[in-house]
Amino acid sequence: TTTGLIVFFQSGRPLGAGVRLGLGLRMNRTKGDEEEYWNSSKFKAFTFDDEDDELSQLKESKRAVNSLRDFVDDDDDDDLERVSWSGEPVGSISWSIRETAGNSGSTHEGREQLKSRNSFSSYAQLPKPTSTYSLSSFFRGRTRPGSFQSLSDALSDTPAKSYAPELGRPKGEYRDYSNDWSPSDTVRRLRKGKVCSLERFRSLQDKLQLLEEAVSMHDGNVITAVLIFLKRTLSKEILFRELEVRQVALRHLIHFLKEIGDQKLLLDLFRFLDRTEELALSHYREHLNIQDPDKRKEFLKTCVGLPFSAEDSAHIQDHYTLLERQIIIEANDRHLESAGQTEIFRKHPRKASILNMPLVTTLFYSCFYHYTEAEGTFSSPINLKKTFKIPDKQYVLTALAARAKLRAWNDVDALFTTKNWLGYTKKRAPIGFHRVVEILHKNNAPVQILQEYVNLVEDVDTKLNLATKFKCHDVVIDTYRDLKDRQQLLAYRSKVDKGSAEEEKIDALLSSSQIRWKN
Amino acid sequence: MAFPHRPDAPELPDFSMLKRLARDQLIYLLEQLPGKKDLFIEADLMSPLDRIANVSILKQHEVDKLYKVENKPALSSNEQLCFLVRPRIKNMRYIASLVNSDKLAGRTRKYKVIFSPQKFYACEMVLEEEGIYGDVSCDEWAFSLLPLDVDLLSMELPEFFRDYFLEGDQRWINTVAQALHLLSTLYGPFPNCYGIGRCAKMAYELWRNLEEEEDGETKGRRPEIGHIFLLDRDVDFVTALCSQVVYEGLVDDTFRIKCGSVDFGPEVTSSDKSLKVLLNAEDKVFNEIRNEHFSNVFGFLSQKARNLQAQYDRRRGMDIKQMKNFVSQELKGLKQEHRLLSLHIGACESIMKKKTKQDFQELIKTEHALLEGFNIRESTSYIEEHIDRQVSPIESLRLMCLLSITENGDARCSLDTHYGPEHLLTFSNLRRAGLLTEQAPGDTLTAVESKVSKLVTDKAAGKITDAFSSLAKRSNFRAISKKLNLIPRVDGEYDLKVPRDMAYVFSGAYVPLSCRIIEQVLERRSWQGLDEVVRLLNCSDFAFTDMTKEDKASSESLRLILVVFLGGCTFSEISALRFLGREKGKREFIFLTTAVTNSARLMEAMSEVKA
Repeated sequence: TTTGLIVFFQSGRPLGAGVRLGLGLRMNRTKGDEEEYWNSSKFKAFTFDDEDDELSQLKESKRAVNSLRDFVDDDDDDDLERVSWSGEPVGSISWSIRETAGNSGSTHEGREQLKSRNSFSSYAQLPKPTSTYSLSSFFRGRTRPGSFQSLSDALSDTPAKSYAPELGRPKGEYRDYSNDWSPSDTVRRLRKGKVCSLERFRSLQDKLQLLEEAVSMHDGNVITAVLIFLKRTLSKEILFRELEVRQVALRHLIHFLKEIGDQKLLLDLFRFLDRTEELALSHYREHLNIQDPDKRKEFLKTCVGLPFSAEDSAHIQDHYTLLERQIIIEANDRHLESAGQTEIFRKHPRKASILNMPLVTTLFYSCFYHYTEAEGTFSSPINLKKTFKIPDKQYVLTALAARAKLRAWNDVDALFTTKNWLGYTKKRAPIGFHRVVEILHKNNAPVQILQEYVNLVEDVDTKLNLATKFKCHDVVIDTYRDLKDRQQLLAYRSKVDKGSAEEEKIDALLSSSQIRWKN
Repeated sequence: MAFPHRPDAPELPDFSMLKRLARDQLIYLLEQLPGKKDLFIEADLMSPLDRIANVSILKQHEVDKLYKVENKPALSSNEQLCFLVRPRIKNMRYIASLVNSDKLAGRTRKYKVIFSPQKFYACEMVLEEEGIYGDVSCDEWAFSLLPLDVDLLSMELPEFFRDYFLEGDQRWINTVAQALHLLSTLYGPFPNCYGIGRCAKMAYELWRNLEEEEDGETKGRRPEIGHIFLLDRDVDFVTALCSQVVYEGLVDDTFRIKCGSVDFGPEVTSSDKSLKVLLNAEDKVFNEIRNEHFSNVFGFLSQKARNLQAQYDRRRGMDIKQMKNFVSQELKGLKQEHRLLSLHIGACESIMKKKTKQDFQELIKTEHALLEGFNIRESTSYIEEHIDRQVSPIESLRLMCLLSITENGDARCSLDTHYGPEHLLTFSNLRRAGLLTEQAPGDTLTAVESKVSKLVTDKAAGKITDAFSSLAKRSNFRAISKKLNLIPRVDGEYDLKVPRDMAYVFSGAYVPLSCRIIEQVLERRSWQGLDEVVRLLNCSDFAFTDMTKEDKASSESLRLILVVFLGGCTFSEISALRFLGREKGKREFIFLTTAVTNSARLMEAMSEVKA
């Protein structure tokens, strides 16, 4: 396998740090010099503020406008001359108002023209107003805050003055009541976004033909439009029956029902189609919309026993049981916390409620607040472990993280201590001690604690790596001693503090005559 | 390997036109509601809008106050309200509640809804049901192509992915067809068309219909872009699921590039402020490193820093006149470069820190093993441990999908225990979209299929099978990989500084499948000889070519290829194809995507949240 990234991780880091350091230092100096220059020279009149930025922007805008001209002039054709622009810049407010006013009682064609003019293709050919809005240069970043007021910055909640002008009839209200479009014409008009009556399609055959036309055109929006009509004018049995053999349309209906939230019809549909698993999932999904924990719990109860897959069934049952537990724990702990009598809650106030948290989070919570409780209580970690059949590894990982966070090192110790039948104790970690060390380090465990667990790592290389990484000097030194690696020990000497106990220890070892070094 | 100036490269069409068009159309629409008005903007539209207009333009057209569309009662006291929204049901409900509460209070205002990029009938239906149809006027702002860069157009429709690939809703196909139509009116017809995927084929057909209906508009125009290639995201999920290691992809994975810009936090800017930075070809420093493998970026930046230092140093020993020149002519550029350089160095540092923390090296090793198909057991146990350690649910899901698709089996672990039971729904979604494959889909499928085919009454018997294709989708990744040589055989180390093929975007371990398909088809100018691959991709009915005998196509235009990604493309794919264009015969790729995506976005699109 290729090891490109590994190479990068080995060589990249020091280099990266170097770059940073180099640039940072040197640039700072440069900046200082710069200021010095300005302070000492008399050329204070030279400043680089917005002015010349604006100027270059203007120039750029002009260039952009000029470059557009070719395009615009080229495509000017007769068609557009018929429309009465009379030289007035298109798109300006005055033009727009005149257009809407002039068109208010006009014919169909006039409307159509206005509409098509608004479409991109023909709009591109219109002469452009050049002055009203500046063409800020494209692909340009905001160089200075403030010089470009971003939309997101400008959103405000302050109320505004009211002002009511006249408004022309919006073109969106324009309708077409023609009654003799064929199914394919109708579908085509629908695709163009025109309002178009479907009422004349009354026989089932007509309706289905309409649907088929829509499907064959591929536009989902039109398919949905036809489905809305079909849903309104057909009984659901007939609708479902026809859709069962029209899968594309069926998927559109399902998505539509999901979107508008017509859960009842959706479930009916799944029932009709005999899609039991989807039915169950779809019902289960509703719990997301229930905020109240008790109601949610009751709802989940109705999900248990629905025809999920075997695996999912178990999860649904667990979900219900978990929420039931969480409600009990939450009520209890909220009470304890507000009473202020329990030390753990006083020292570590809860950051959030435990309701609706995943199982592992719940386990962490109970390891944090209820670690010592007897198995009989709902909130005890052992009880959770048993009820939800949490695997050993997972349990240990979570308990470790929780106890380490509390710096309860004795608990950590106990977690890995096992007694054999002769009563000897032994350290054992189902997750591997290297993981244990990492988790402890993440929780800022002191070196003495880390050291203890680094020592338990079996693989020597891993042990050395971890010990070096986490500065467990004693472990490193002892390991090199055990390996009889004088060279490495010598090299390590430069990494410990001068005059420290570690240095002394290394020196003592190096001068020891007891050890038969291998190098 | 930066691609600064390529004298041999064909010139790219000027896409800034699109911005101008969109802005002019918006202004036109705002003027349809003359007088002062408050504008309510949907959050998802704010960044795209920011890229083409600014507040002063809106103010010029009598927009008084701006509000975000959110589920809160509006405080506006304006007599005219304008809503700029995506066509979504929840927006309609929001508007309806606003209008209806006005009605209850006996208040009359003017309301206008501008749908972008188009309105849907389902939205109008909601307006009708809520009793406000007619009280609000509706318009469409066909702003569907935002040039994010000189070679990248985005439709900014991330929902395309879920809507089509999960729900099977074809509502955006018309939007795509309209966008392609617009491109052909502006930049001439496309003489050579290729495509793969069910959606690609439908979009292509609908587009063709549009062109026929509005015949004449593109006639006589010389084509500016010689080739167009449409590709469905589900043809290649694997590439999109991989961790990215080219700089731009890595920045996207780490900080999330949104609409072409990124928010660098204090840890990057080494100040107490966050900075919004546009990332595109205009950023000279970025432009030179964006396509580089991350391991080359440091070296490049440090070289750049040294050069910059030398530039600054030149002013030692200058006399006052030279100094004046230096200050007025060069200093600004140097300062700008300095600013950019320190930003990207800061970004690199921050990426390094984050990646080291999450054991990126191990992760990459596992991904490569999955792609190559060895050590599966080890990879599986790595993924399990990943889940146990609660690293991040999205990451775990991603790895499971990668395992599942590459190994063609269900890799489900007990993820719901760890990340909340709602993941049950996510799993179901992943399976439906084909991101998790069923272990034995064959039998169930045939049963359903045979039942349905008995009922088939329409002529489209074949289409039934299509409808089930996503359900049936067996991933044949291993076989495809072999056929297309996706795993380069490398003797010794793959030199990432001098990449030899597109695999460099994944550290030399894997050639992105999507890009390889595009490469192969363009080379043959057809699907000939790729039948087996197409079959393995379950796309036998959806691979097409269409060449017009267009002698007007200049050789210049034939070197330009527009690749359309339906359902999103990643920066890694963009980098790979930029590389291909440069390597193979001085070509240039242009990208049109429904949205820029990455593995996290794909996964998030599959999760279920409350309505």
